[in-house]
Amino acid sequence: MIDHLNWPATAVFVFFFALVTVMGFVASRWKSGNLEELHEWGLGGRRFGAWITWFLLGGDLYTAYTVIAVPAVVYAIGAYGFFAVPYTILIYPFIFLTMPRLWNVAHKKGYITGSDFIYGRYGNKGLELAVAFTGILATMPYIALQLVGMEKVIQALGFQGEGMMSHLPLTIAFVILALYTYKSGLRAPAMIAFVKDIMIYVFVIAAVVIVPAKLGGYGAVFDAAAKAYEGKPNQGLILSPAQIAPFITLAIGSAMALFMYPHSMTGVLSASGPKALRRNAIALPAYSLVLALIALMGFMAHAAGIEVTNPQDAVPQLFLKMFPSWFAGFSFAAIAIGALVPAAVMSIGAANTFTRNIWRPFVEPEMSPGREASLAKLMSLIVKVGALAVIVFMPTKFALDLQLLGGVWMIQIFPAIVFGLYTSWFSGEALLAGWVVGFGLGTYLSWGPTAWVPTSLVLGYGAYNGIVAVVANTVVAAVLSLVLRRARGKIITGDFADAPRSA
Amino acid sequence: MKYLLLLIPCIACLWVPLYNGIEPRLAGIPLFYWFLMLMIPVSSVFIWLASKVEGSDS
Repeated sequence: MIDHLNWPATAVFVFFFALVTVMGFVASRWKSGNLEELHEWGLGGRRFGAWITWFLLGGDLYTAYTVIAVPAVVYAIGAYGFFAVPYTILIYPFIFLTMPRLWNVAHKKGYITGSDFIYGRYGNKGLELAVAFTGILATMPYIALQLVGMEKVIQALGFQGEGMMSHLPLTIAFVILALYTYKSGLRAPAMIAFVKDIMIYVFVIAAVVIVPAKLGGYGAVFDAAAKAYEGKPNQGLILSPAQIAPFITLAIGSAMALFMYPHSMTGVLSASGPKALRRNAIALPAYSLVLALIALMGFMAHAAGIEVTNPQDAVPQLFLKMFPSWFAGFSFAAIAIGALVPAAVMSIGAANTFTRNIWRPFVEPEMSPGREASLAKLMSLIVKVGALAVIVFMPTKFALDLQLLGGVWMIQIFPAIVFGLYTSWFSGEALLAGWVVGFGLGTYLSWGPTAWVPTSLVLGYGAYNGIVAVVANTVVAAVLSLVLRRARGKIITGDFADAPRSA
Repeated sequence: MKYLLLLIPCIACLWVPLYNGIEPRLAGIPLFYWFLMLMIPVSSVFIWLASKVEGSDS
């Protein structure tokens, strides 16, 4: 099991993992608040300033799975994998405009989740449930994929095992994560995010300077990659004509989906105010640059002559080949810790949503704040065990397919949330009908004869299913809003504006 | 004005024919990649400008 272990790499890896474990538990005393209240446990008391939010959102959105998956797609097919760059460019103008409004209304009304806002805006329990359900459903496979990212680097350390034993290190790591998230809530990932992000920056900068220098410069890296794609359809250093429309719609759709996920909203709502969010919209693109550089590692793997059957092994193998063991261990630790932060925030976001928008309205309307917090804590454990079970008992393909569908589903709550930030014109019932149509159509379009597919042909162009479905969703919602009752929520326009300057 | 400033980087990074090529290279990096990477800090600057144009919220 450990005969082939790379000891120097493993030692460095274990050291950093132990470090963040201690931090995770200590975090409960940081910016101390009453952790028996949901907004303290689940939103860190809304006290995270611009800097902490930068680390937390950066750690939350640019996940371990991204670090493994994006260069894997680039390694496998080239330019198309770079859709992640326009995708992350589109996010920030959107955040700049919309998220301060969401923060303001949430702060004023005590909302903790996106679905809280939906109920406040439209007064429609069905829509609230639909939004909550979509968020939880899409988050579960996302957490599971963080585990895939973690498992990739643990394997790269040389760990081998049979059957259940192969998942042992992952299980230990996850149990530790579950315990400190239970204890410290959102403060744990916020504190760990500092370490994680600094480690990621170090390993990326080292990689983009040292690896090309060893391989003869960027020109040589791209030339080697071009050779690897030669003669293969829809692979290459630039997009083929058929790839352009899917590339554009996938970028737009992914950007629309990202901030609908519960974990993104959790990150946003934990900020200390709209100013912190606007500053972050300007500063967060620094992470996109890191992501782009990580994407280039897919090409570097070709230049370094890495041949792997699973493209997701390309980057770990590149590191083992190009760096001394201790630094490979450091990089792997960065990736593994990079899985912990989003996994923690995701489980908290899903737990908040379940407690606030499913359990409270439908099962136990008269919940005390203390009961609310303890239920959310318990849910965060259940969500993580569920994700672990998916990885241990199901083929990885299952989580990947669900993740693909998760994005398509997540976009379907975009109209309700984003239009709701600007107008009360839409009817809750109409938006619910639109959601049903979008959810169904998106799922139907993704159903392929042999596998789930992200795009389909519309009027001769390939388009991302999420986008096609959300257009149908919006049309249905708009048309039905003409005839159905309008929103009956309790929000007024002033609730979206920044609070007047005060102490 | 604020919306226009925010829209410019979005359109530039989605206008694929503008940058879907190899030449000119920059430090060996093909146009497709250096253009998109350059757009990241450029978008930051545009968002910063947008934040300066008007008051904090509107």
